[in-house]
Amino acid sequence: MSERQRADRQLGAVVPADGTAHAAVPKQREPGEVVAELDDLAVWFPTPAGVVRAVDGVSLRVRRGETLGLVGESGSGKSTTGLALLRLVDPTSGTVRVGGEDVTRWSRRRLRALRRRVAMVFQDPQASLDPRLTIGASIAEPLIVHRLTDGGAARRRRVGELLDMVGLRGELADRHPHELSGGQRQRVGIARALAGEPDLIVLDEPIASLDLSVQAQIMNLLRRLQRDLGLTYLFIAHDLAAVEHMSDRMAVMYLGRIVESGTPAQIWRDPAHPYTAALLSAVPVADPQVERERRRIILSGDIPSPVDPPGGCRFRTRCPQARPECAETDPVLAEVDPDHRAACLFAKEAVRAMRSA
Amino acid sequence: MKPVLAVEDLTVTIGTRRGPAHAVAGVDWAVQPGETLALVGESGSGKSMSVLAATGLAPRTARVTGRVHLLGTELTGLGQDRRRRLRGRHIGFVFQDPMTSLNPVLTVGRQVTEAAEEHLGLTRRAARSRAVELLEMVGIPSAGQRVDAYPHQFSGGMRQRVVIAMALACEPDLLIADEPTTALDVTTQAQIVELVADLQRRLGTAVVWITHDLGVVAGIADTVAVMYAGRILEQGPVDAVFGTPSHPYTEALLAARPDPAAGGAELVTIAGAPPSPLDLPAGCAFWPRCPVRGDARCEHELPPLVPVSAGHQVRTFYPQPTDGERR
Ligand SMILES: Nc1ncnc2c1ncn2[C@@H]1O[C@H](COP(=O)(O)OP(=O)(O)OP(=O)(O)O)[C@@H](O)[C@H]1O
Ligand SMILES: Nc1ncnc2c1ncn2[C@@H]1O[C@H](COP(=O)(O)OP(=O)(O)O)[C@@H](O)[C@H]1O
Ligand code: SF4
Ligand SMILES: [Mg+2]
Ligand SMILES: [Mg+2]
Repeated sequence: MSERQRADRQLGAVVPADGTAHAAVPKQREPGEVVAELDDLAVWFPTPAGVVRAVDGVSLRVRRGETLGLVGESGSGKSTTGLALLRLVDPTSGTVRVGGEDVTRWSRRRLRALRRRVAMVFQDPQASLDPRLTIGASIAEPLIVHRLTDGGAARRRRVGELLDMVGLRGELADRHPHELSGGQRQRVGIARALAGEPDLIVLDEPIASLDLSVQAQIMNLLRRLQRDLGLTYLFIAHDLAAVEHMSDRMAVMYLGRIVESGTPAQIWRDPAHPYTAALLSAVPVADPQVERERRRIILSGDIPSPVDPPGGCRFRTRCPQARPECAETDPVLAEVDPDHRAACLFAKEAVRAMRSA
Repeated sequence: MKPVLAVEDLTVTIGTRRGPAHAVAGVDWAVQPGETLALVGESGSGKSMSVLAATGLAPRTARVTGRVHLLGTELTGLGQDRRRRLRGRHIGFVFQDPMTSLNPVLTVGRQVTEAAEEHLGLTRRAARSRAVELLEMVGIPSAGQRVDAYPHQFSGGMRQRVVIAMALACEPDLLIADEPTTALDVTTQAQIVELVADLQRRLGTAVVWITHDLGVVAGIADTVAVMYAGRILEQGPVDAVFGTPSHPYTEALLAARPDPAAGGAELVTIAGAPPSPLDLPAGCAFWPRCPVRGDARCEHELPPLVPVSAGHQVRTFYPQPTDGERR
């Protein structure tokens, strides 16, 4: 890949080399330092059916204090991307950097320290908690592993503090996971992630298995914690409205690649990639009048197998605007507006054509 | 017009080790020919159990009371066999996980028409060509070849299409779809929603669609019933319920979804969680979480379902003002 292509695949605002440009005009939110970074990451899994290219050339940066949202259909590679940041999967190529350090080839022993700096919250709060441990013991576990508290009393105090932060009563420390509701269990998962005061929290579908009213509680909690503690999130979800709500910047994945990135407003109002436009048009809105009048872009067929992704543009087998060139050239993620990128040979134009078709 | 399926004062009580669970605590609804009734509510509110009980599919441990009419025939009191035949002839089912309806070792073609062979007396050969026809109807590409494939050779969305073909094979008067798109991606969900709406237009099938997704309801329903703790808290034409939600719960649910137009404002939440079906409160089941929180009456007395406009009913002592009044 050329230097330019590499630069093109970079996600997010480019920081001026001297770092001074922002000093003069203090904005509400300075772009923080880069906490974690993936550079042309590929994660391939050998399987009996062939090599699954789960992630196949993803570059992104997460900055301190921000939420980067990652959205896409199931199988597009979101979870694998998140796992790579914790080095819970081994990169096939590319680099993973956390806090400026290249951790791509770190040994198992060194990774222990990484797992304190990058924490993860999973979709299924039931499965991610040990059913035999009390809630208190589950939350204390990272404190013990990373030797963060001295002695039982300090540990109990810290567990109480963490429970309080996520809005749970202290007495829940003595309960077991099955005695809690799904929403409460997810709060415990968040408390565990907070225990090590990580630089980055990867939230993988944290609200997907929760009821509507509880989803809103958890999203508000995550945002409050971010505001109070200055947390940094990678927020992974297939729910576009949730990602839009939670993120400062967002990226859309398709078949192991980022196909579009930008601010939620850019992506919501002015999608440049045909896939994003189709995805947006498929999201149902809780307004019968809007639903009756809207015209959907219905994609035909299914997402192709990541064992054998289409050559050229990966979306071309389902793209309503695919043209002969799309089979020849693999489009790079190129800027379409400031801080807004799309990997389509006919970015914007194809979306306009689709919407007026 | 005679409803296709109507339930009156339906209750379902399930015996558990910790006592009786009041899964459905008195529900009335009806679905008219060619129309779609959406049952919406949070997990455990009794959506699935109410349709399972209505169609005689409740678990053995359940005690069901109330009246159920299928095309004018009272089902309660009918023998198991008679009920099973009526169900097979008039109702098709689609569930969340297509694999619960599919047999992994039979070709999809055989499965699609299995029920039809029995109910319509089709020969093997006629059944096969009918299977191809049905698979084409639900949008399976190259149905002529795919008819001999096995379920594992299909994607999730394609499997759900097969299940829909199966459900429609007997040309039922009613399709019951229990979260048919919950496990699917939004783009696949849009395909399935479009497919069912199109089939419904062409075949005139009535649909009961269970979901917790208010957006899906807005797109598919003629009427909607909002369930909570085994009861309907609000029901009526979809425009009335979404346009002027009158129950504080409906209003809060509608406000809980992030709205991209709202500029990232804090989401409206409903504190706490629904009550346990083992221990339903005597009064309004929503009272402990209710932002309006009327008075002691709400806590101790079950509010009746009262009309607020044509066909629009709400179970609360304090119906919320309509938009008109609010202004
Ligand atoms: N076999 C059973 N034994 C005991 N309780 C049951 C059984 N099946 C369901 N229930 C209870 O009955 C209530 C209603 O269940 P139901 O399956 O109808 O909910 P639902 O609204 O369909 O929820 P979901 O959205 O999770 O599918 C729940 O409290 C549930 O726990
Ligand atoms: N450990 C693994 N072995 C083989 N294939 C995998 C593994 N993990 C993920 N995959 C495959 O990689 C692709 C991307 O998966 P994933 O990252 O889980 O996607 P998402 O989170 O977007 O649903 C899928 O096709 C998935 O089946
Ligand atoms: S490059 Fe071609 S096939 Fe790919 S998204 Fe753009 S128009 Fe569609
Ligand atoms: Mg995933
Ligand atoms: Mg259900």
